[in-house]
Amino acid sequence: MDALIPPLLNGTAHGALLLLAALGLTLTFGQMGVINMAHGEFLMAGAFVAYLTQQVISSSDISIPVALPLAFLAAGTLGLLLEISIIQWMYRRPLDTLLVTVGVSLILQQAALQIFPAQGVPVQKPDWLDGQLSILGYEWPLRQLFTIVLAVLCVIALAAWLKYTSFGRRIRATVQNRDLAESSGIPTRSVDRITFFVGSGLAGVAGVAASLIGGTNSQMGAQYIIPAFLVVVAGGIGQIKGAVIAAWVVGVGMAYFADWTTGSLAQVLAFVLVVIFLQFRPQGLFTVRSRGLA
Amino acid sequence: MTVAEGSLVVTDLHVEFDGFVAVDGVSFDAHPGEVRFLIGPNGAGKTTCIDAITGLSRGTGSAKVGDQELLRKPSHKIVRLGVGRTFQTASVFEKLTVLQNLDIAAGLHRSSLSLFRARRGVDPAIDQALDETGLGKERATPAGILSHGQKQWLEIAMLLVQDAKVLLLDEPVAGMSQDERTATGELLGWIAMNRTVVVVEHDMDFMRRFATRVTVLHQGHVLSEGTVSEVQADPRVQAVYLGTAGAAPVTTMSRENN
Amino acid sequence: MTKLRPWLPLIGIGVFAFLLLAVAPLMLSMHWISNLGKYCAWAIAAVGIGLAWGRGGMLVMGQGVFFGLGAYAMAMHLTLETAGPDSLPTFMILYDPLAGLPAFWEPFRSDAFTLLAIVLLPVIVASVLGFALFKRRVKGAYLAILTQALAVALAVLISSTIRETGGDTGLSNFKYFFGFVLNDDGNKIMVYMIAAALLIVCLLVAWQLSRSRFGELLVATRDAEERVRFLGYDPANVKLVAFVIAAVMASIAGAMFVPIVGIITPQEIGASASILMIAGVALGGRASLFGPALGAMAIGWGQSSLASSWPSGWIYILGLTFIGVTLFLPMGLSSLLGKAKDLIWRSRPAPVPATAAAVQTPKEVKK
Repeated sequence: MDALIPPLLNGTAHGALLLLAALGLTLTFGQMGVINMAHGEFLMAGAFVAYLTQQVISSSDISIPVALPLAFLAAGTLGLLLEISIIQWMYRRPLDTLLVTVGVSLILQQAALQIFPAQGVPVQKPDWLDGQLSILGYEWPLRQLFTIVLAVLCVIALAAWLKYTSFGRRIRATVQNRDLAESSGIPTRSVDRITFFVGSGLAGVAGVAASLIGGTNSQMGAQYIIPAFLVVVAGGIGQIKGAVIAAWVVGVGMAYFADWTTGSLAQVLAFVLVVIFLQFRPQGLFTVRSRGLA
Repeated sequence: MTVAEGSLVVTDLHVEFDGFVAVDGVSFDAHPGEVRFLIGPNGAGKTTCIDAITGLSRGTGSAKVGDQELLRKPSHKIVRLGVGRTFQTASVFEKLTVLQNLDIAAGLHRSSLSLFRARRGVDPAIDQALDETGLGKERATPAGILSHGQKQWLEIAMLLVQDAKVLLLDEPVAGMSQDERTATGELLGWIAMNRTVVVVEHDMDFMRRFATRVTVLHQGHVLSEGTVSEVQADPRVQAVYLGTAGAAPVTTMSRENN
Repeated sequence: MTKLRPWLPLIGIGVFAFLLLAVAPLMLSMHWISNLGKYCAWAIAAVGIGLAWGRGGMLVMGQGVFFGLGAYAMAMHLTLETAGPDSLPTFMILYDPLAGLPAFWEPFRSDAFTLLAIVLLPVIVASVLGFALFKRRVKGAYLAILTQALAVALAVLISSTIRETGGDTGLSNFKYFFGFVLNDDGNKIMVYMIAAALLIVCLLVAWQLSRSRFGELLVATRDAEERVRFLGYDPANVKLVAFVIAAVMASIAGAMFVPIVGIITPQEIGASASILMIAGVALGGRASLFGPALGAMAIGWGQSSLASSWPSGWIYILGLTFIGVTLFLPMGLSSLLGKAKDLIWRSRPAPVPATAAAVQTPKEVKK
């Protein structure tokens, strides 16, 4: 029993990080049919914002909480720029958005490499995250708890925004029937822009959480983008609750695998399992009818 | 009616989508030598029947060609059993020429290995189909720039070349001129001599001129069946079409939509 | 001129073959012959991608997997050849002097098995993968992401098994190539010629497939997959064949890459390598015959020359290529050529869409 607890807690934290990364992606992918391969770089941007904030505000206790909204804004703005300059010509052409954003991701990675040192920059953990929580005899790092809390808050905020605000309704209308929404007077163009802003901003928030683990470097986006997409697809495109469950299962699964074999084999196994799962349920866990892999 | 090898017999077809019953116990049969019509207002379930028979939707019940059951087989296997269909929006391969379209359709009976060779010469069946549907002059034309009527004829020609024993045609004359309709009707009569032809239609005039037997569908079940005059005289049909059966314009029919 | 038109591609392949096999070895320095050989390897993979993506509509972003299968198969064989019969490769001795050769290495001692594996391994893997994906109707962007994930997973797997596969440092220091000493100019030219010849063969295969009925069926599947079902074909099978052929080509490419470049690491099969191959195909024109090969060679040239002298600039160029091509020239540079050809041959009257009145109606056949 003792051996089962640590991977569960580690895995939940890792899953929470994956969820943060995937949340914005499921929004832009599911709600807009846009495949943003540069989403990982938005995450990286958020992580670099955490570093920069720390340069300005030397106390890490304050800089991290300050960095969160800043990262949201920074990544969101990057997303908005991307949408305005390129993506807006490409709705309903997911394959094209994929190719175009691959190019954007290359450029952003290279830019990061030129601005910041190649080996990456460190991000200091705030003091109030130093330490562990004792659960069932296992010392659980507070940092992991922080990631989980952050993820939960973001999910609740996003879900509430979509469900209860008028803007959220406009987004749902645009997703379900763009033409009808347009002729009903909904300004779909600005709906798209704001959705993209929010989705990308969430990546920035994920980046701050990720930076607390191992600092930041230009390659971190590439590390998260594929797992994030797998979570999105397995959970059901555009389904928030699906992403939550998928992220948690993948995170915990990988943690258990890592215990039995090596860390990288765990990654491979996780991937294989996702593909097998998609064999039986190609549309993902949850689905709005007729949307999905098939 | 004798059940010939190429007859289509549908028994108790039932199709449901998420609780909504689109087709509720529909039965009909169609045989070579007659032009069979399936008519009814929008939403009656006509296209859904065809979808279920050809494997696009899941249905329960039975749909047999000869003694082969069609339901729950994948679409491409149903086609290989000799059932062909057309679609409401003419779907031909726009970038390929008429000849290439027909050649692909004719490939059904060729071995898989022959696929890797380039075409050599023209199948006589293709020439014949081009002749019958009047598309001989257009053989090198990309299908995408044919007129709407010609695309429909190409679709029918593809079914002929596929050697379909049963042809299910979904609104073949929608959007055609009067001359084109006449030509199509005569073509169908000619085809029906050796094959089973089922036509789903709205156009009552077309039906009156060319139908041998008619099944009227309404809200997913069979309302009436018989020859054109029998069906027109049926009070239930007249009630559905507001008493102006036979001369009912399309607008009246669509009012029964709910 | 119209009679000659269908044979133009064949003539083009002939000219290309002449340039690669006769002109290049005589005119280029050893350094450039090696580079050209590398570009040829990438071009082989690109021809396969052109078939699967350009004609089949399947954007496979994980061709690195099959490239890796062929490359590592070849590399294992060459490593064993270099180590000598019954000996262990040097790097294995370094990591664990006492353990023996991992079982899966043993068969690669044989020339014949290696050659067979280079062709058959991708067939098996692609068949299984393709069957799983296409029967489930996975297509479009999802196919791209899933195959990309597979390539990344394979690269990670190889990275982490340093004792069995050389890990991140990869396999290198090959001395022999099927009995020939690699460090000899004459043999290097021979290896280059093999790669170039294989490229020509792949171009010929692609040409034959595109003019065959299968080629038409593939294009039909790309443009109207559901409609193809109603012709009696299962589109999954059509796509599977194209997918497997592309996989074999990528594997052959990987296999030839190894003796020419002299090293294989997980870097060459992971995400970035797969993306490079796609870039070349997109740039050249994915649906044309020569586009993928020439585009891959151009990108290959950029990669080897610019990446060392101006690495940051090269990445920006690559990124801009993706963005520019997708936004403005989705069918690649060869589509520009197509438009130019149309301008030149403008004397040909464009087919006029028929009007209802002018249409010939189906004949009244005898009743």
